[in-house]
Amino acid sequence: MVNRGAFDKILQAGGFVSVNTGGVPDGNAIPVAKEKADESMDAASCIGCGACVATCKNSSAMLFVASRVSSLALLPQGKVEAARRAKAMVAKMDELGFGSCTNTQACEAECPKGISITHIARLNREYLCAKLKD
Amino acid sequence: MSEKLNAKIPEGPLMEKWTRHKAAIRVVNPANKLKLDIIVVGTGLGGASAAASLGELGYNVKVFCISDSPRRAHSVAAQGGINAVKNYPNDNDSIYRLFHDTIKGGDYRSREANVYRLAEVSNLIIDQCVAQGVPFARDYGGLLDNRSFGGAQVSRTFYARGQTGQQLLLGAYASLNRAISKGQVKSYPRHEMLDLILIDGHANGIITRNLVTGEIERHSAHAVVIATGGYGNVFFLSTNAMNSNGSAVWQCYKKGAFFGNPGFEQIHPSCIPISGDQQSKLTLMSESLRNDGRVWVPKKKEDIEKLRNKQIKASQIPEEGRDYYLERRYPAFGNLVPRDVASRAAKERCDAGYGVNETGLAVFLDFSTAIQHLGKHVIEERYGNLFQMYEKIVDVNPYNEPMMIYPAIHYTMGGLWVDYNLQTTIPGLYAIGEANFSDHGGNRLGASALMQGLADGYFILPYTIGDYLAGKIQEKKTDTNHPAFEKAEKKINEKIAKLFAIKGIEPADYYHRLLGKIMWNYVGMSRNEAGLKKAIEDIRVLRDEFWKNVCVPGENNEFNQELEKALRVADFLEISELMAMDALNRKESCGGHFREEMQTEDGETKRDDQNFSYVSCWEHKDNDTHEMHKEPLNYEFVKLATRNYKD
Ligand SMILES: Cc1cc2nc3c(=O)[nH]c(=O)nc-3n(C[C@H](O)[C@H](O)[C@H](O)COP(=O)(O)OP(=O)(O)OC[C@H]3O[C@@H](n4cnc5c(N)ncnc54)[C@H](O)[C@@H]3O)c2cc1C
Repeated sequence: MVNRGAFDKILQAGGFVSVNTGGVPDGNAIPVAKEKADESMDAASCIGCGACVATCKNSSAMLFVASRVSSLALLPQGKVEAARRAKAMVAKMDELGFGSCTNTQACEAECPKGISITHIARLNREYLCAKLKD
Repeated sequence: MSEKLNAKIPEGPLMEKWTRHKAAIRVVNPANKLKLDIIVVGTGLGGASAAASLGELGYNVKVFCISDSPRRAHSVAAQGGINAVKNYPNDNDSIYRLFHDTIKGGDYRSREANVYRLAEVSNLIIDQCVAQGVPFARDYGGLLDNRSFGGAQVSRTFYARGQTGQQLLLGAYASLNRAISKGQVKSYPRHEMLDLILIDGHANGIITRNLVTGEIERHSAHAVVIATGGYGNVFFLSTNAMNSNGSAVWQCYKKGAFFGNPGFEQIHPSCIPISGDQQSKLTLMSESLRNDGRVWVPKKKEDIEKLRNKQIKASQIPEEGRDYYLERRYPAFGNLVPRDVASRAAKERCDAGYGVNETGLAVFLDFSTAIQHLGKHVIEERYGNLFQMYEKIVDVNPYNEPMMIYPAIHYTMGGLWVDYNLQTTIPGLYAIGEANFSDHGGNRLGASALMQGLADGYFILPYTIGDYLAGKIQEKKTDTNHPAFEKAEKKINEKIAKLFAIKGIEPADYYHRLLGKIMWNYVGMSRNEAGLKKAIEDIRVLRDEFWKNVCVPGENNEFNQELEKALRVADFLEISELMAMDALNRKESCGGHFREEMQTEDGETKRDDQNFSYVSCWEHKDNDTHEMHKEPLNYEFVKLATRNYKD
């Protein structure tokens, strides 16, 4: 039986935009470049299946974390707290004992949704910027 | 009319009802919210949005689901889109238009006030989802894009590639995760509700089974929200997720909640046809495809023969040899007629011998005209992943040859009866999303289920439940040692023990499959009195057989999917009977409910407003009998008319 409860925990650490229900602006108030929206959609197509972790020799969850961080960072709505999100999610991933990413690209090859490791690069960038600001 | 059936529709003009109602109902102050517990069962769009919103408000929320993570609710399967009346395309859409389309699409069997409110809050949903980071499709100017769905002449459907349900659920689930991280919500994945607890007639808790350990657990609360989705899987073969079920709704029904319109089911016209006897699930091809796809069968029987013998391909049949029967019969709406109309039209052609595959149960959905006009890349951008999915399953490339489709069970408009506040006939018990009966009448329009689930969960329930809970602030938490819990737990343990003790031969699936055949043949797309009576008899026989001969292997105190299934099938074997009884009672045709005795000369549905303009509300009685009450549908604002999609 698969248990993907750890993924829930990582997302609970910061995989959201901090908005309550109600009181948000009109959907068209902030234009989003089509390319960005499309790329965000590419990343958001992650289904959280865990194939990336299973295939990684280090059992790293980087592609999973990156897909969420990247999908939100690409949109103005998610950009606001992108740094905080990246730090919190990576810290949680480490805490839960997932291995580190050594860039073997096995995850990308295995991903049933074809999620690209360029999202890992974006996560690294977000993470680094966040750390530098600390 | 039973006195419990007070729909509590606010006074005043349609446009003002919700506003006035919100002003009139009570609210709970923040300090008191902390003292109040709410159970939400289900984490689809309805449950996830409700649990997150209620948690944010400050209530103590417990949320339950069957899957290993809340994100894996059936809602992820939704492909096509979600409606709202933004009127961004400037095509003269409005709250009134969506309201009217929904009432008409539902064949005048839904409640005006609820439907109007649904249309009214639809825009808030889009704003909310955008703010959560849902990557809706956009145009080059950076603004949101729309497409069209059946039963509408405007473009009001928002979408995220072919994964709208998944993306909306990710948004709601992210909000839920945020509430969980703040300690406002506690999540119980892999916990299945097995009974509802009533204390002094009020919903005060549930019993669950931990699906990993088999442990039976007790949970109390000041109110319970059912968001467990539809019961379409009663048909065995459906487009629903494998673990979608009707059990929670049925438990509530047996505890006294009324069941609204159990016989109203939706058959979706575009599913991949059945390919064998071993199949256990059907794949949907999104309705959005009918934006650009044209439905047809050959005009000539020779061509049918040749197709079936694989002597020709569909693309070789010339234009004049094709019968675009939806465009022929319904010029005004063409391929975008509502689902029930499109499904029956496909059945009509197939019954007449024009089915295009070996089983005779398929019609074509053709994109060649659109590809010619718009170019392959546009079609690819719009439907790429659906085309891929089709090719993977059927091994035919829909860019070159038309898809083959056939109707299948998809959605249940019936469900727990709720009043304007979404409260069932049991005080403190609420039902939202597909689990309730409220908004879609005899037929749901495409892209309106996601809208309804999120409307209920984000913007309606969080207000209306406050009115009830305001009266509960003095009430202490219910002790789970209360005799009501004791009794319910004992009953469940006995039921489980009884299932194991049968030690029969056939697995639960065997009975489920047989039940599905009965339902499809007699309680499906076309119904008549004799067939429905036969269905009721056959179901009873099958149910007896199940309880004599089902085989449930393994133990209770372990992960045991056979036990889970057996419990759900046992309930399906009861729900099905009520569905057939309801369909038998309703001697009119409306929406997806087609009684052969009641049709017009050209085979369209014939309503009987004189005698059937009501919601049938069933009440469970002693000895498993059922009594029907009527909630009259008084149309104050819309004029009842014959549905016309022809001109
Ligand atoms: C293939 C497909 C495509 C669709 N496409 C569209 C579309 O494009 N647009 C649209 O508007 N609608 C669409 N629909 C309809 C729509 O997806 C559903 O009606 C809607 O998602 C139902 O949401 P829900 O929250 O009511 O329930 P669900 O998403 O069904 O969630 C039910 C939840 O309840 C839980 N649950 C069930 N029983 C129990 C129990 N006993 N104990 C504990 N938990 C329980 C489940 O685990 C789950 O979390 C589609 C449906 C299908 C099948």
